[in-house]
Amino acid sequence: MSFASFNFPLFSIILALVCSAVSSVLRRKAARILSLCLCLTVAVLSFTLCSVCVRMGGRMDFLMGHYPHPWGNELRFGPLEPFFAGMFSLIMLLSILGGEQQLLRDLPMQRQNYYYVMTDLILVSILALCYSNDLFTGYVFIEICTISSCGILMIREIDRTTLASVRYMIFSLIGSGLFLLGLILLYGITGHLLMPNLLDSVRSVWASGGYRLPLLSSAALITIGLGVKSGLFPFHYWMPDTYGAATASSSAILSGLVSKGYIFFLIKIVHRVFGVEMFYASGIANILFVLGLAGMVVGSVYAMREENIFRMIAFSSAAQIGYIYMGIGISPQLGITACMFHMLAHAVTKPMLFLSAAQLQSCTGKRTVKELRGSARKHPLAGAVFIVGSLSMIGFPATMGFVCKYYFAVAAFAASAGRMIPALIILALSTCLNAVYFGRSIISVLTPGTDADLRRVRVRDNVPFAVSGIMLSALNLLWGLNPKFLYNLIDLGRELL
Amino acid sequence: MKRSLKELFREWDADRFDLSVSGSVPQKERPSPLPPERYDVIPELEETIMRRFHRVVPVLTFLLGLTLSLFLIMTVLELPAFGSSDSPVFNEVFTRYVQDGTEETGAVNTVAGVILDYRAFDTLGETHVLYTALVAVLILLLGFEKTDPGIRTPGYEVIRQDPVLTTCAKLVIPCVVIYGLYIICNGHLGPGGGFCGGTVIGSALILAALAFGFDSVERFVNYRTIRVVLVIALCFYSLSKGYSFFCGANGIESGIRPGTPGRIFSAGLILPLNAAVGVVVSCTMYSLYSVFRRGRL
Repeated sequence: MSFASFNFPLFSIILALVCSAVSSVLRRKAARILSLCLCLTVAVLSFTLCSVCVRMGGRMDFLMGHYPHPWGNELRFGPLEPFFAGMFSLIMLLSILGGEQQLLRDLPMQRQNYYYVMTDLILVSILALCYSNDLFTGYVFIEICTISSCGILMIREIDRTTLASVRYMIFSLIGSGLFLLGLILLYGITGHLLMPNLLDSVRSVWASGGYRLPLLSSAALITIGLGVKSGLFPFHYWMPDTYGAATASSSAILSGLVSKGYIFFLIKIVHRVFGVEMFYASGIANILFVLGLAGMVVGSVYAMREENIFRMIAFSSAAQIGYIYMGIGISPQLGITACMFHMLAHAVTKPMLFLSAAQLQSCTGKRTVKELRGSARKHPLAGAVFIVGSLSMIGFPATMGFVCKYYFAVAAFAASAGRMIPALIILALSTCLNAVYFGRSIISVLTPGTDADLRRVRVRDNVPFAVSGIMLSALNLLWGLNPKFLYNLIDLGRELL
Repeated sequence: MKRSLKELFREWDADRFDLSVSGSVPQKERPSPLPPERYDVIPELEETIMRRFHRVVPVLTFLLGLTLSLFLIMTVLELPAFGSSDSPVFNEVFTRYVQDGTEETGAVNTVAGVILDYRAFDTLGETHVLYTALVAVLILLLGFEKTDPGIRTPGYEVIRQDPVLTTCAKLVIPCVVIYGLYIICNGHLGPGGGFCGGTVIGSALILAALAFGFDSVERFVNYRTIRVVLVIALCFYSLSKGYSFFCGANGIESGIRPGTPGRIFSAGLILPLNAAVGVVVSCTMYSLYSVFRRGRL
């Protein structure tokens, strides 16, 4: 069993590639079922592999071909990579499931199978980013991810999505370009592309003191490149339009998975390419810390002023991405563990918010926070999911959001005073701001509305959304009440990264 | 009304950009599922601040660009000189590719050996980048029924029966196709391969469409055939390479042999993979041209 399960990453990737190709000739419904089955299969395979890796307590190099590093492509996985891959595919499954109503409404009928081609390709690229042990493979799949993200955004044909996808594409391509520049510089001074060899070369170059400037600028370019693509603070400008205008499933996938895939790859690069010592000694972590703190406040302030509920949730994403980068900046051990926990929490919570807000919007026909008054009474399930998600974003106890804020605080207390004080102050401030705007929307959806003639939506009217909303809320509460298992898994995985 | 670039930028920045700005391009009109929305109301104070801010932006951008370029130029100056023999690039990776490449992969062309055998996973991804780009363009531009015009350049249907053009095309197209096939089939023996050979074949299809009109090309290359051929090529690529990865990773004898280097049927999977890449590239080339030119395949 354990021997066979080591092939699961290869099977998942090849399966997803084949499904993406086949979906282009299928009809909408077949493509949709294929895509959902693919996500489910990949999730099952990944969680099986994860449990095997935890039991073995080790990591494994998997050759993609006949040649070991530094000559051929490789995958490498410990417990963490399959776990994240499984979570990402599970959340993708629930996002596609929960947004079906909006997909049918928003997408041109004959082209809907292409939507599933794109989601399959996003799944491939996220899997490759999770597993790859090769920096250039990472770049290739970043390209696929960029194009297919634009695809699922612009397939809803209204003027705002066209504008948003142009903007998203510009930012995304700048990010890819910076990443590629950094990759070229790194190859120029080390002559390697595989991560284990890069780590050895970078260590010896850093110790010898040669090529200091190329090494630093390569690290900075790669970090900022992935930062731009995931929406780090000064580059978060594409977020509100992108997440706000896309159809609900796309918003959930883009905010929950795509940006997390890039950040996961960045954390892998920090551990496996530059090495934690060099990365934290070079001062790039400090820049991430400051930008993360700024993002936490600025994102929340913008979200507070936003009337449109989707744009509000999108701006809150900018703040949450700020938390994640602040976690990377605080410290290499506790900070990164907390940051990974937050990645999962955000990946579970954001799809809940987008999907339930889309439900509330479609049952009232309105999309500003004020006009959604009383919508939770018309659609109790969506209202409940929205409230659980909002409470998790605020950091209410018993949700994942509370646990990760707690771990951020623990990490901050363990860090030096220069980091502890600003981190704690901004954490408190950002939590208050989150409470202001999410609290306002919770109150708004609960207050009895004026239009009594709206029909009350029942659970059986939209079963796919009910399944996905309940699953996501259950995950959120389960890990919010019992975070120890998840925390230990992430900690073990981080040490083996 | 003609607006300056600066004004356009300002509108774009303030989310008020009118997409139908270049009036000459006919916009494809699709019913938008929701009424147009206006999201942001900027208070006056902020507008004043933003206006002042926009005055400083060009200066700041210039300074930032200058600093970054100086920084990058300094970085490049510190890099090892291009082609110098003591550069770190000439290490054991390079040595093995050049010295043992032909023996291990069976490909005389080392580049083909590297991209389709040593680092085949990258190329598998790279081929799918093309496919992703094609699907993205189809999502954006494809019109389905003949009545649905799509985004098309007016006048594409007019076939000028230019005797010079058609005669030359008749003479040239077979040669171009044969040359493209030669480049693909010769990929493991010399410079060439699926990517460049596919481009050559794609250009032959485009030339045929230009000279004889899309309708005559459509008889053998249409939406249906392109989709089917693409799917078969991509699935063949993924599955055969997946099999090879599986065997390599588990130490199973795959039955794929390098053969005698220099023969046409050698180098294991490289020749069929080059063919698959060639199919994907030529289909993508022609489809992109066709979709941009007339809004359908």
